[in-house]
Amino acid sequence: MSDYVELSNLTKIYPTATGPAIIVNDFNLRIRKGEFVTLIGHSGCGKSTVLSMIAGLNDITGGGIILAGKELAGPGPDRGVVFQSPCLLPWMTAFQNVMLGVEQVFYTASREERRQIAEYYLTVVGLGEAMHKKPSDLSQGMRQRVGIARAFALKPKMLLLDEPFGMLDSLTRFELQQVLIELWRKNKITALMVTHDVDEALFLSDRIACMTNGPEAQIGDVLDVNFPRPRERKAVMEHPDYYRLREHLITFLEKQAHKNPPRESSPSSASIPDSNKPPKPTRRIQPKAETVEA
Amino acid sequence: MGFLELANVSKSFGDSPVLQNLNLSVEKGEFVAIVGFSGAGKTTLINLISGLLKPDSGTVTLNDLEIVSPGPDRGVVFQNYSLLPWLNVHENILLAVDQVFPNWTPVKKERHVEKYIAMVNLTEARNKKPSELSGGMRQRVSVARALAIDPQILLLDEPLSALDALTRSTLQNEISRIWQEDRKTVVLITNDPDEGIYLADRIIPLTAGPAATLGPSFKVQIRRPRDRKAINHDPNFRQLRREVIEFMLESQRGRHTAITKKLVLPDIEPEEPNPALLMFGTRPRRRNEVKEETVEVS
Repeated sequence: MSDYVELSNLTKIYPTATGPAIIVNDFNLRIRKGEFVTLIGHSGCGKSTVLSMIAGLNDITGGGIILAGKELAGPGPDRGVVFQSPCLLPWMTAFQNVMLGVEQVFYTASREERRQIAEYYLTVVGLGEAMHKKPSDLSQGMRQRVGIARAFALKPKMLLLDEPFGMLDSLTRFELQQVLIELWRKNKITALMVTHDVDEALFLSDRIACMTNGPEAQIGDVLDVNFPRPRERKAVMEHPDYYRLREHLITFLEKQAHKNPPRESSPSSASIPDSNKPPKPTRRIQPKAETVEA
Repeated sequence: MGFLELANVSKSFGDSPVLQNLNLSVEKGEFVAIVGFSGAGKTTLINLISGLLKPDSGTVTLNDLEIVSPGPDRGVVFQNYSLLPWLNVHENILLAVDQVFPNWTPVKKERHVEKYIAMVNLTEARNKKPSELSGGMRQRVSVARALAIDPQILLLDEPLSALDALTRSTLQNEISRIWQEDRKTVVLITNDPDEGIYLADRIIPLTAGPAATLGPSFKVQIRRPRDRKAINHDPNFRQLRREVIEFMLESQRGRHTAITKKLVLPDIEPEEPNPALLMFGTRPRRRNEVKEETVEVS
């Protein structure tokens, strides 16, 4: 099988006072090795829920996820996550924040080699001069650069990007997209990104899956994005297909917005995993019957 | 002489120059968008026009009068809404109307306030406090308040930056509709080139700071009402978008000084985290010897 990541009948149901809320229902997606796939949809449609289930930060109600031939259970360093807010430890410098993960997965390497790894990734994201500063001394954009460096430094099998540039202004976003795409090109890590930014999706992805509005979010259209790589913004925007695809995506999103007003807040905020607990090795496929009754 | 005129305006805070030699001329009834990076000095610029700050040199004039202090001839919409939390929608707007039109009868004031509440579609929520409103609704109150004092010019300081994408586009539609109804002179500050293109008659980039200045102005030749989907096949739109974005990114690039630095990335594969292995001190699985790479650092 050539699929590297396989989401099969992925389902997420939250119990609520008024009965179970089906957020994601029978979600299927296959990603090839080295592919960059984006899920696009409005806030609250459930796209971040899918991502956090892959990250292992959110329990799976039904279905399963396979990464590189193994079923996933719980979080692990084989998946690098870049969150919308970079979630850095405020009392540590950028360098120490990156080292924290590096020490976990490169514990057999020498101290010097670990330092080189952290320094390399912090430098290529543009923090060569600022890596010994604390998050409070860094701008929002620089903190997000640390988040990107931290994810790549672990050499994960898969990269998960949850609206990585959502909190940045649009011009800073352009710069960081360039940083991300260059690192990704060198490392060829299989990536899944969640965003609502049409231009971001087009610039970065090989394939864009449009998600319908929740509840019971599903994949609507899937678009192949064939701009040649390595990509450079100017060339991509001048590509004859660019504005055709852009219009297609905007039309899809507008239709979704009119069809169904999105919920006020998404319940996707993942619970912080307790690292002291051993990962649960059980398969999490539960009988569906109890959900259908609702 | 434009309706709003900035001539050689400079402003520094301490030793750091923020804005340098700004020149801007806005016609009456024109909608101008100023696009810039965060931290470039956009809010400083709005504060100079609103009179909350004074320039170190140069002059800001509105309708031939030099601006020296804040006044009700300029309505400002701030990014953080700036509503009084203990007053409801109606009271927040009435407060401004009371200040600016003290001689009106209560009935006239009342009718005036209701008109603007209706204009921003908040009639249902008129008795709610800001804490009971969503971000988008709060910003509508702020827009209604700014318009209710009937200012000569409306200053919008990143009014939609704090909102999610969907609410943002809904409010862009409303701002566009309201502007087409009463054609106020508007200066919009934004970090989003698309927002500028969608709303404005003219876009002027603010170069990246420090010592930011205004770039060339780009006329937006797209007919109104503008449609977010249809403009994608407008060649004017495509070209304008490319030019504005290129200019902005170029101005930022000029700020970086490229130094090259030699870096070493050990080519080691990560291990499964396993405390038991740690004790045996297993050697890393190396794929090949250390590779070296030269990286441009900015």
